[in-house]
Amino acid sequence: MKVKLITGRTLQQGASKEAGKLSEEYFNNVAICELDPSDMEALNISPGQNIIVKTKFGEVVLKAVKSAQAPHKGIVFIPYGPWANLIMDPETHGSGMPSFKGIEAEVFPAKKEDKILTLKEVLEKISGGK
Amino acid sequence: MEKIINNVVCTVCGCCCDDLEVKIKDGKIVEVKNACAVSLSKFQNYNGKERIVKPLIKENGEFKECDLKEAIEKASKILAEAKYPLIYGLSLTSTEAIGKAVELAEALGGVIDNTTSVCHGPSLIGVHDIGSVTCTLGEVKNRADLIIYWASNPVFSHPRHLARYTVFSKGKFRKERRERKLVVVDVRKTATAKLADMFIQVAPNQDYELLSALRMAVKGEEIYLNEVAGVPTSKIEELADLMISCEFGILFFGLGLTMSLGKSRNIDAALSLVRDLNERTKFLIMPMRGHYNVTGANEVIAWQTGYPFAVDFSQGYPRYNPGETTTIELLTRGECDAALIVGSDPAAHFPVSAVKHLMKIPVITIDPHKNATTLISTVVIPTAITGIEAGGTVYRMDGVPLECKKLVEPPLGLKSDEEIITEILVNVKKLKE
Repeated sequence: MKVKLITGRTLQQGASKEAGKLSEEYFNNVAICELDPSDMEALNISPGQNIIVKTKFGEVVLKAVKSAQAPHKGIVFIPYGPWANLIMDPETHGSGMPSFKGIEAEVFPAKKEDKILTLKEVLEKISGGK
Repeated sequence: MEKIINNVVCTVCGCCCDDLEVKIKDGKIVEVKNACAVSLSKFQNYNGKERIVKPLIKENGEFKECDLKEAIEKASKILAEAKYPLIYGLSLTSTEAIGKAVELAEALGGVIDNTTSVCHGPSLIGVHDIGSVTCTLGEVKNRADLIIYWASNPVFSHPRHLARYTVFSKGKFRKERRERKLVVVDVRKTATAKLADMFIQVAPNQDYELLSALRMAVKGEEIYLNEVAGVPTSKIEELADLMISCEFGILFFGLGLTMSLGKSRNIDAALSLVRDLNERTKFLIMPMRGHYNVTGANEVIAWQTGYPFAVDFSQGYPRYNPGETTTIELLTRGECDAALIVGSDPAAHFPVSAVKHLMKIPVITIDPHKNATTLISTVVIPTAITGIEAGGTVYRMDGVPLECKKLVEPPLGLKSDEEIITEILVNVKKLKE
């Protein structure tokens, strides 16, 4: 399904970053993707299931969460953090600011073997793997 | 021994709430009153298992603990030997530390940038273009009868903003919720939107179109389309009427404008709309600044160099050119050969192309806590936490400076950011002689 991807702050992301950026709480609150309930139905995804979000810049496995800020059909939301940044658009249009909101993306259910990367695995993926 | 410290300034978001009550028993914080969920989490966790107390130096891919002197000497050497080092972060520290960082950047002939670069950088660029009619949050609290949050969700990002400064605050001339109107413009029906008297759902990347249509409506021009940016024209005209007929309006805007298509042009449009509105009524505008002292970083760097962020000293004098001297471009082009990160986690918040370069160069991180950036650093220098274990000045989002207090002693006598940066500066000056 083609969607527009936005990233942003959430209360849980804010509180759990204070608990520690390497904490399990942070991972649980940030390695997620919020979807509109009708989009979840169309994709046959249930809350807690892993999904893949793909952009021109890469793809990332995340846990699907039913959005509490619906309706926003066709828009998916990922909290700021290392997982979102794996697929962000670095284009700044000469402003210094990458495009963190309103990015063309595609969402589909993950396969059973697709796991959410840990923070260390995210960093290894960026560095080109070790 | 037990004591209560009043009027403590919170060092989390740009609200800088200055009414916290902190109870201290036997040198430890045991209770915090008036804090929001994020602030409370900070007070509960600041000394948890993610805290770094010993300086670290990476050798052959492994961190080893060292003393502070060794870490500072290593950091100074890396920076002094670099041709084009970058100093980045600086929004989660004191104004005094930022001042020292500017001096260090000048001594190094490097670049100093703060997190504004990936936050409200486009807002500042917009202000350079158009100018800005603004005020303090106190004025908003006392007078505003129309509050608009555009592309901002303060219930999540600035949890006490509504209660302290806007719709739920008790001002001198506006005491009740019913004396104020709340409008939210966002791409989703956010937690803040659910509290609004009017919610306008704009299509992603089309804020510029909506702002332009609003400007037409405010000027009394006819909009020939049935809808703009997914919003029916009748609703745009209704909002324009609401804006014109208020006595004191304020538009708070968030990163939905700066991070989506249009960037600084969206801000130009918002600033122009507010300028136009002042022909009809009193209207003001303010960015919802994120970190507690990101405004301070802009203030200090601007009063010392003339520019608010992304300042390049490589020519021997300050130069500012967003798009060229901003961190994302410097890293993506692979130009910096060392980086000093102060109180920030770029490895978690920059796009892959920028993080890749950070991984190739020596990185020195000054931070109280472990994060993705400390993991990829060569030198990690732990520090006392500003606003809890160290005092200092911070600037609230409206530019009002506030004095933070030292509440408790840091573990193992850790030094403040200001002291650490000062020591690096002294060393660098000697090495550069």
